[in-house]
Amino acid sequence: MSDKQGKILGIVAQFNGVSELLAAAEKIRLKGFTRWDCHSPFVIHGMDKAMGEKRSHLGWIVGACALLGGGGILALQGWTSVSAYPHIISGKALFSYQAFFPITFAVTILSAAAATLFGFLAMIGLHFNHPLFESELFTKFSDDGFLVSIEAGDPLFDPVKTEEFLRSIGCGASELLESHE
Amino acid sequence: MSSITTNNKLNVLAEPPLIAGNQTFASVTNIISNIVEGKTEFRWYIAFGISSAMATGLLALVGYLIWEGTGVWGITNPVGWGWAIVNFVFWVGIGHAGTLISAILFLLRQKWRTSINRFAEAMTLFAVVCALMFPTIHVGRIWLLYWFAPLPNQMGMWPNFRSPLMWDFFAVGTYFAVSIMFWFLGLIPDLATIRDRAVTRVRKVIYGILALGWRGGNRQWKHYEVAYLILAGISTPLVLSVHSIVSSDFATSILPGWHTTIFPPYFVAGAIFSGFAMVMTLAIIARIVYPVKNFITINHLEKMAKIILLTGMMVGYAYAVEFFIAWYSGNTYEKFAFFRRAFGPYAWAYWIMVSCNVIVPQLFWFRKIRRNILMLFLLSIFVNIGMWFERFVIIITTLSADFLPSSWDYYHPTWVDVGTLIGSFGLFLTLFLLFLRFFPMIAMSEVKAVLPQADPHYNHKLTGNSAVASTGGDA
Repeated sequence: MSDKQGKILGIVAQFNGVSELLAAAEKIRLKGFTRWDCHSPFVIHGMDKAMGEKRSHLGWIVGACALLGGGGILALQGWTSVSAYPHIISGKALFSYQAFFPITFAVTILSAAAATLFGFLAMIGLHFNHPLFESELFTKFSDDGFLVSIEAGDPLFDPVKTEEFLRSIGCGASELLESHE
Repeated sequence: MSSITTNNKLNVLAEPPLIAGNQTFASVTNIISNIVEGKTEFRWYIAFGISSAMATGLLALVGYLIWEGTGVWGITNPVGWGWAIVNFVFWVGIGHAGTLISAILFLLRQKWRTSINRFAEAMTLFAVVCALMFPTIHVGRIWLLYWFAPLPNQMGMWPNFRSPLMWDFFAVGTYFAVSIMFWFLGLIPDLATIRDRAVTRVRKVIYGILALGWRGGNRQWKHYEVAYLILAGISTPLVLSVHSIVSSDFATSILPGWHTTIFPPYFVAGAIFSGFAMVMTLAIIARIVYPVKNFITINHLEKMAKIILLTGMMVGYAYAVEFFIAWYSGNTYEKFAFFRRAFGPYAWAYWIMVSCNVIVPQLFWFRKIRRNILMLFLLSIFVNIGMWFERFVIIITTLSADFLPSSWDYYHPTWVDVGTLIGSFGLFLTLFLLFLRFFPMIAMSEVKAVLPQADPHYNHKLTGNSAVASTGGDA
């Protein structure tokens, strides 16, 4: 817990538009900050490069789950049709892979989709009470705000100097985040 | 200086803006969110009252069906698949446009899709709900439905995975699950908008939970973009496969009129055709009721009309090829089945189908008709009717005259059949009205991304050429 003023958790600063936010991101990265983010109402192309972000690894997770799901259902179909409950139906072979294809295909897609959604949620993390939600300024991100947030946990963070730095690179309004109680 | 003149020339050639009315990011948020946040309108209650009454009627009829058995329908020997399967194929088809818009047009970088993808996807979901209901109740003993699932049981029995019925169960089930996941992923940033604007505690909590702590940071967006791309990528083969598999219900049988290789592409084209007609119908109503004319502009409707024209001609081509192959095959039964389709006891249904699906959409060759709201609305209704009749023709004409002439019979629906179809529209509209009331009907975050201001070079263009700023179009 903290004293009456509250512990400083970070800073939120607003920029004018897309190009300003991109330019600011470039400068913040070059300054050496590590625990920060750029918030915008929509995805901004070129932001990954400006922030020095690597490509998401989601695709690998999805690929693995798709193979697992598709392979699993093919094995289940084969095992039930050949070994657990063998029946000759319309003259087809017991392991009639052609007839197993539609279900294998559907379940592969289903596994991939589930892995995409849940993998995505796992990667973004579910922070319903993120400190940023306390900020009045921050809520603009989902309307028309282009914001930068820098966490207090960043080694370069200093309440006064960071704010000065953000002003020097063109931010408009800014707000220090403090914990309540 | 010369670059400015080039810019001016390019602007003359440029397409009209996707979103009209010189919108800003804030105006997009306000217009769309206000629909969700404002007071419920009286006319919404009236529409909801009517559609939910129809849906309640459906519930009663389904209860009656389960109590009495499938004999309450008009299905007989030889027509074992009556309106229930007609309705099933009809509703699955309707769903296809939503996925086409959200997935295929996304991969093709068709930015105009952003205005219509959200409610087209919602339409997909609700159409698939209606579709799934029909085979479910058609099985008769619906309490044994779990036999579809590959579960170990005391009888040591396993489902027959070679059966198209099982393919359907997995394909349509997957389609529903993937559609709902795709739709929800797209909703997350917009739910966050509603959360951040919420003035009441209840709204803040509900939308807060639904938005899953979305903060719009680039560290979230980068995963979001990849997730969206993957879902679009896997939905593309999925949407093409679902109706192909539905068509296999027919094509894998040996009945004349069904046992043809053209069925999968023919069904997929028909599905997209009917789905776009339904999106058109709903979009035109939405434009009248809600202030979204600047988002769903006449240009959007015109593009949809072009897709309807294209897919309508694919469907017409398929009708023609079916007849050609029936003749060319030299197979007596095939020839008889198709001759009877066009000139037999169900000729009335066949010619309704051809008129609505092949002849009427030809009017879309005319630009004036493609840009006339009333005509678009009327023609989309014709296509909806025509596509229902297509499924009726395929299913009923073939079944009513099988290989044994002594069992031939003319099919009559009962009042329960008619009521169930009407009720399914009630269910569809009830769900759709709830969606319009409680969720942002247009994808705000996607629409904002296609506004001119979203371009990182917007400021340069603005200073280079003032004409760009005033490209607000006509609605």
